[in-house]
Order: sequence, then C-alpha cells, then structure tokens
Amino acid sequence: MSALGAGFVPRKRRGAELYLVVLALAVGLGAYVGVGLGVSGDVPADVYTFGGGLALLALLTHAVVRWLAPYADPVLLPLVIALNGLGLAMIYRIDFGLADRGQSVGPFAGPQLTWTAIGVAGFVAVLFIVRDHRRLQTYTYTFGLVAIVLLLLPLLPVLGVEVNGARIWVSLGPLSFQPGEIAKLCLVIFFAGYLVVKREPLALAGRRFIGIDLPRGRDLGPILVAWLLSLGVLVFQRDLGSSLLFFGLFLVLLYVATERAGWLVVGGLLFAAGAYFSYLTFDHVQLRVQGWLDPFSDTDDYFQIIQGQYGMAHGGLLGRGLGQGDPVMTPYSYSDFIAASLGEELGLAGLMAIIVVYALVVERGLRTALVCRDTFGKLVATGLAVSFALQVFVVVGGVTRLIPLTGLTTPFLSYGGSSLVANWAIIALLMRISDQTRRPAPEVRPLESDDATQVVRMR
Amino acid sequence: MSELTLTLIKLGFLAVLWLFVLSAVSVIRSDIFGARVDSTKTRQPKAAKQPKPGREPRGSPRSVEVTEGPNAGQTVPLDGRPILIGRGSDAALRLDDDYVSTRHARIATNGEQWFVEDLGSTNGTYLGSQRVTSPMPLTVGTPVRVGKTVVELRK
Repeated sequence: MSALGAGFVPRKRRGAELYLVVLALAVGLGAYVGVGLGVSGDVPADVYTFGGGLALLALLTHAVVRWLAPYADPVLLPLVIALNGLGLAMIYRIDFGLADRGQSVGPFAGPQLTWTAIGVAGFVAVLFIVRDHRRLQTYTYTFGLVAIVLLLLPLLPVLGVEVNGARIWVSLGPLSFQPGEIAKLCLVIFFAGYLVVKREPLALAGRRFIGIDLPRGRDLGPILVAWLLSLGVLVFQRDLGSSLLFFGLFLVLLYVATERAGWLVVGGLLFAAGAYFSYLTFDHVQLRVQGWLDPFSDTDDYFQIIQGQYGMAHGGLLGRGLGQGDPVMTPYSYSDFIAASLGEELGLAGLMAIIVVYALVVERGLRTALVCRDTFGKLVATGLAVSFALQVFVVVGGVTRLIPLTGLTTPFLSYGGSSLVANWAIIALLMRISDQTRRPAPEVRPLESDDATQVVRMR
Repeated sequence: MSELTLTLIKLGFLAVLWLFVLSAVSVIRSDIFGARVDSTKTRQPKAAKQPKPGREPRGSPRSVEVTEGPNAGQTVPLDGRPILIGRGSDAALRLDDDYVSTRHARIATNGEQWFVEDLGSTNGTYLGSQRVTSPMPLTVGTPVRVGKTVVELRK
C-alpha cells in the first residue's frame, strides 16, 4: 500500500509503452534483417510481409491495451513483443539452416507467425472478457477441474500422442497441442483461489520446532495432493519439467499466502524424497541426471546436450553474428534448445540481455502483486510471475547444464503454438491485474448530513 | 558482404538489444521515483499544522451528548479514544434504552476526523436517513440515532 500513499498520482504511461514497443519492434525486425544479411548477404525478400505482420500485431496489442487496460504496466507488453520477435527471427534463421542440410522438418517461421497472431487474439480476448480479475475467484474449483482434465487428456488412448518419450501431446486430426501449457494457467488461478480461503488455518495452526513453524499434520493434505499430482505427471507422462514447475508453483504460493518458512522445509523434503525416489525408479530420470553430470560418457545419448554446449562455446562473448553460426547442428535447435542457438549467434552478451528481459517480466509481475490490493490478485500475479521464472530457470538452466535437462518450452522464444498462446494469455491476465491495481481509486464522497431523519416520538 | 560489415552488423544488433533493455529499465525507474507528487494538495495542510502542535484544530468536537431518549442530557468527554455506545456495562456511553444493543456502535477518530461505526447492532445505527453499514464520517451537530436515542458531537 505504501506506493499508493498520499502523493501518488496514477499515470497511464501509454506513451512510454508506445516508445518501448517501437524499440522492441526494432529488436525483432533488426534480428530478422540481420539474419537475411548474414545468411544470403541481402535483406530478405519477404521482409515487408513478415515485418509488416509483426508490426501490425504489436501495434494492435498496444491499441487494445490503450482501449481495454489504460492503466496497465507500460513495460510488460514491449518486453514480450521483443522476445516474440527475437524468437521468430531465430526460427526463421534455423529454417535456412535446416533447408541447407536438406532436413525434412520445417519451415517453422510461417506457422510461428500464425501462432503469434492466434496468441495475440487470445491476449485481446482475455483482456476483453476478464474485465475484473476478482471475478475469476468465483470459478476457483472450475479452473481446478479444467486443469486436471487438461492434464489427463494426453493419457487418453485415442487423443494422446507420445512424442520423444513424453506423453504430453493431444492430437485432434491435423491439430496438435500441449494441454499442460493451458493447465499451468488454470492451476495458478485454482491455487490462488484455494489459498485465499484456506490460508488462515494453514498459517496460524502448528507448532514450533527449532525455530521453524511446522504446520499441523491434518493441514498437510493440499501439499500432499499437489505432490502426488506432480509425481503423477512425472510417472505417467514422463514430463520432468512440468512436474517440477507445478510443485514449485504450489510451494511458492503456499509460502507467499501463509508467510511461513515451515512450508518450504516440508516442501523441500517432499521434493528431495520425490526426486531421489524417481531417480532410483525411472531410467529416463537417470538418463537426464547422467547427461547433466557427465555428458561425454555417452556421445550418442547426450548428443543434444554436447552439441548445445559446443554451440554456446562457438558463440563466445559476442556471438558469431546472426546467420553466421551453425545452430542446426543441435537437435531441436528451434524449440527446446533455442537458448543455445541464440547463445551461439548472439553470444553471452545477447543471451544475458534475453535473460534480463525475462527477469524484468518477472519483476513487473511481482511488482503488480506487491501493489495489488486484494489477496486473490496478489496470489494470481505472484503465481504467474513465479511460473514464468521457474520455467525460464528450468529450461535455460537445463540447456546451460546448471541443472539436469528437462523438456519445457522457453516462453515466447521456442517454436510451439500451445506455449505461445498460453503465455500471451498469462501476460494478458498480468496486465489486467496491474490495470486494476494502478488505476485511481474511486472517490469516496463525504456524507451530506443536511436532511436528517425525523425521529418519531413513540411515547 | 565483407567480414567488417558483418562484424558491424553483429555489434550494432547487440547494441540495439541492450538499448531496448536499458530503456525498459529506465521506464521502470521513472515509474518508481518519478511519480509526480501533487505538492499543492499534500504539502499545504502539513505546513499549516506544524506551528501549533498539540492544539486541536478549531471545530473539533470535545464531547458526545445524548439529545433525545431515556438518557437525554448525558455527556461523555472525548479525549481521542474511541467511544463505545451500548447497553452493556463496558460501554463508555451507557444507555438505558431497550432498543439499543449491548455493544451497539462506536465513535472513533483517525486524528483529523470522527467516524461512527455500527458494531452489528440489532436495530441499526442511522445517520440522517441512511443506515450505517461501514464507518461514516461524522461532523459536529450531526444527529446519530441508535435505537430510540439520538446522540451528537458537541464542541
């Protein structure tokens, strides 16, 4: 509340947003032109259609924000546009490389631009439909149910498809998508709505043990359910990344809602137990850990990790330059390993800039949560920002071999429709909450006490 | 395309990328430190209050008086602490009115203004024709009706 103290005058700051959107477009289009110059020596022929499409989408989102969320955070949208544009340019560059090598996959840049348009449509739809984020609290358990159904969809015999050992895809004729990405958004709303109601008993009851407040045994229910859910995702879908993401998300929200470090201790122990157990039981987890600790022990199994490492080393401090490297040597250089591809062509300097952009997105989300006046909005904004942060940490950490590699998409950069649409929806929700938070409070008119009631004398 | 040109393009793009990041940071910075403070509205009253500390501003109420009802004429002095109105023995303004709840209403101040707040009474607290559901600002001489009793702030 301190930021909304006496002297705070709410400002819309849409002008600053427009300036940053133009700069973000310069990043995206600059990368696109840079790829053309680097690969073939001249500006790509379709720069007008491609660049025009991207610019149109960016300015459309800006106009919609001016109309539907005039007080929303001015930095969030440009950051996302820059990431999306950069990802598009990198995918366009990888299309060249794939064509050179005569590989049958791709091209990806066209579909990615289409998915960006669909993502922007989703962004507009969320801003239009959700006029007040507090209304979402009414549908807490509906969102929980939807999340469970979405998570179970890939396990159904006809719909679900297994790709590269992970059963996280749903296929409907020509269309296929990862429901887990949308489930993430639903889970954040469900966790937030649940914790708003249940946080008092979770926060207050319990006993103290060596300086840490430990929760009561009977309050452990929800955290155990979340733990089992993420273990289920791990066992049945073999999706390490999402499993980590869901559990981490619930743990952080529980901690934020109750302000008790005891939950972190309990959650950390549960995580350690689950991780050790799955390391012993599942060979795909052992494979990931082995590839993290010693990738050169088997150059066939860990080919992707090794290639990614070489790619980033090839890039060095300033990178090879757009179109000058050879990121296609790494399998899945356009989706899971796009961070390594960017590291090769833009170098440490470029990859650091991208990570700072991610950090700024998370910072704006947490800032919105801090200033937000209602608990539900606070928890949703925290959850969305934390899910973003966790996802970037898990995937970039995996690619750079800080932690074992787990399959998650890099938000806004990776090729992939479900991820783009889900992340645009997340940003829309964050901007809706920040719009509600930053707009001026309605004025309270002092009561006019001129016409008092007649006191009727009854005796 | 020569090696030099490509190097310049590479460095130029990295410069654009970082320019974008730094511009975003500077917008965030101006958001934190640059919020315009409306100095004419917020500074003036503080400056006016400063010279005479300890003295209450003119027009602030000194007591609560019962103007109608069984306890008419009773007054309770105000010293900045909240006043509990009700039939109970712990009420600062105790009323012998059957239509008043044990803990009926409270009159409290935030230092500048007085407020009346209903404490979940059976028959309600009325300010003018309006039932008090949330704390309402109260001025001197405004009748507050609790049960069959009317109280008001007096200077």
